[in-house]
Amino acid sequence: MTTTTTTKEMEFGENFTLNFGPQHPAAHGVLRLVLELDGEVVERADPHIGLLHRGTEKLLENKTYVQGLPYFDRLDYVSMMCQEHVYCLAIEKLLQVEVPLRASYIRVMFSEITRLLNHLMWLGTHALDVGAMSVFLYAFRDREVCFDFYEAVSGARMHANYFRPGGVAKDLPEGLTKTIKEFTEAMKGRIDEYEDLLSENRIWKQRTVNIGVVSAERAMSYAFSGPMLRGSGVPWDIRKAEPYEVYDKIKFDIPVGKNGDSYDRYLVRMEEMRQSLSIIEQCIADMPEGPIKVQNFKISPPKRDEMKSSMEAMIHHFKYFTEGFHVPKGEVYVAIEAPKGETAVYLVSEGGSKPYRVKVRAPGFAHLQGLEMMTKGHMLADVTTVIGTQDIVFGEIDR
Amino acid sequence: MTHIDKLHDASKLERLLEAVEKKFSDGILNAEIANRELTLTVRKKDTLSVLKYLRDDRRMMFKCLMDVCGVDWLGKRDERFDVVYHLLSLNKNMRVRVKVSISEDDHMPSVCELFESANWFEREAYDMFGIQFDKHPDLRRILNDYGFDGFPLRKDFPLVGKVEVYYDEDEKRIAYKKVDMPQEFRRFDAQSPWEAMTGNASLADDANMFNEDEFKG
Repeated sequence: MTTTTTTKEMEFGENFTLNFGPQHPAAHGVLRLVLELDGEVVERADPHIGLLHRGTEKLLENKTYVQGLPYFDRLDYVSMMCQEHVYCLAIEKLLQVEVPLRASYIRVMFSEITRLLNHLMWLGTHALDVGAMSVFLYAFRDREVCFDFYEAVSGARMHANYFRPGGVAKDLPEGLTKTIKEFTEAMKGRIDEYEDLLSENRIWKQRTVNIGVVSAERAMSYAFSGPMLRGSGVPWDIRKAEPYEVYDKIKFDIPVGKNGDSYDRYLVRMEEMRQSLSIIEQCIADMPEGPIKVQNFKISPPKRDEMKSSMEAMIHHFKYFTEGFHVPKGEVYVAIEAPKGETAVYLVSEGGSKPYRVKVRAPGFAHLQGLEMMTKGHMLADVTTVIGTQDIVFGEIDR
Repeated sequence: MTHIDKLHDASKLERLLEAVEKKFSDGILNAEIANRELTLTVRKKDTLSVLKYLRDDRRMMFKCLMDVCGVDWLGKRDERFDVVYHLLSLNKNMRVRVKVSISEDDHMPSVCELFESANWFEREAYDMFGIQFDKHPDLRRILNDYGFDGFPLRKDFPLVGKVEVYYDEDEKRIAYKKVDMPQEFRRFDAQSPWEAMTGNASLADDANMFNEDEFKG
């Protein structure tokens, strides 16, 4: 369990300090956690973060809006398209453009595929941390299929850069919706299988029930969001409360927990996956034909073949990729329901083609802050459960 | 109708604004609703009382402090920093932004006693901008290296940074040296003086908006 142990006091009965990570498989990346233990009971937990800090916010201030977009894939690198989505929405809100309906449906469909990707990753690693190896392997089998969908639309399996301000980069390839439909059909049974493996599993329940209990009041004060908030019984989902894209036209339910423990959050996320499958199917059924990006070629690149004949299209293309489009002066805070919770962008523009300030609000940052509150009084082994249940990804926390 | 803020209710924000202005008649320096968002600019000394009022009043219930961040206005404004609080009310389904302008050597009051989440957000603002928060329980750097020098998100901090880290073969340890780039960061000024291309002031006009009929054929 431990990597290095630095003991202040080796005498029997004294507290000792334990350094957990940053190179620990259960630390989900690069978490350095300084734990103060009384025997095996956690007295204090001090996460040291920033080992993956890449200065994304500073870089974004020096790039045009389109150039900055791929950085968002690399923030939360297990829910890539949702991160792009929030930046696109912030830009679109300042530009006051509207995306075509088809683009909205594609975005929602891929947001939900991303939610599946994220939750499968979470499920696999969480179960692995707690001691169930097989779920990890099964979950990764399904993630592969989702990555194939990413590849089909964008050419990249992870860092897609598919959502663009004003729409999406390309239309769906022919036959993709059929493949996705087949996948969702198959996936329903698989989620049941995973639940069979875990939900009534004695070890799983012993390790998660009543571990890391968060009351609703606490969850709000700590600015928890997403499944961390819903697990505590707060029915709050930005897709319902402040719907964006076409979420208001789609029928889905918001699962809510009761006890606010790790087991409830597990159940919430499992049900969210089922809801995501239903949303994907509704998107496929309702998706209209039409353009996939705004047809104003100052904010979206013109068609390739038009560029060959039209001088204006050529100029638009050149200016789009060199100077970029100009965003009016103003500030917006746009939040979306990312798989981990409220991912938001506070975008300040002073006009011009580069943002003046971009602040990325990462849900994991707020969740990790609550780690001490959640682990205090628990055993050392429960720390990994809590890290797992928080669905920590350092790309977004460290930015 | 845009695809964002579909359930936006402007009257709700106006009612909120009215109530806040009534309560703090002279404390609110500026209040505006722009881009369907409410921004309150308050004086530094009123920060705690305004946030407390927003949190506790039955009509507000802003129990979640979702974000605290700094903005550097070097050379653009007299008061160099903005500290921006984003609050969310789950009960009323509203958001509000509270802004405080401070100069470089001003200290902010910490709001940790009101919101648990403020702790790390304020540490980050301190780490990135050097904004001091009084009575903060644990104001350390959070994202940058231990012993880091400077405040990276300030506008006068170079993009490439000041030092780089390398592994010293002789001394067998991690060491720092002054950053040395083979090529400067190239900041292309592609900004066109040609207003027709750059002036996107008319983007929101109907003529530029997406028109479904054009693409049916």
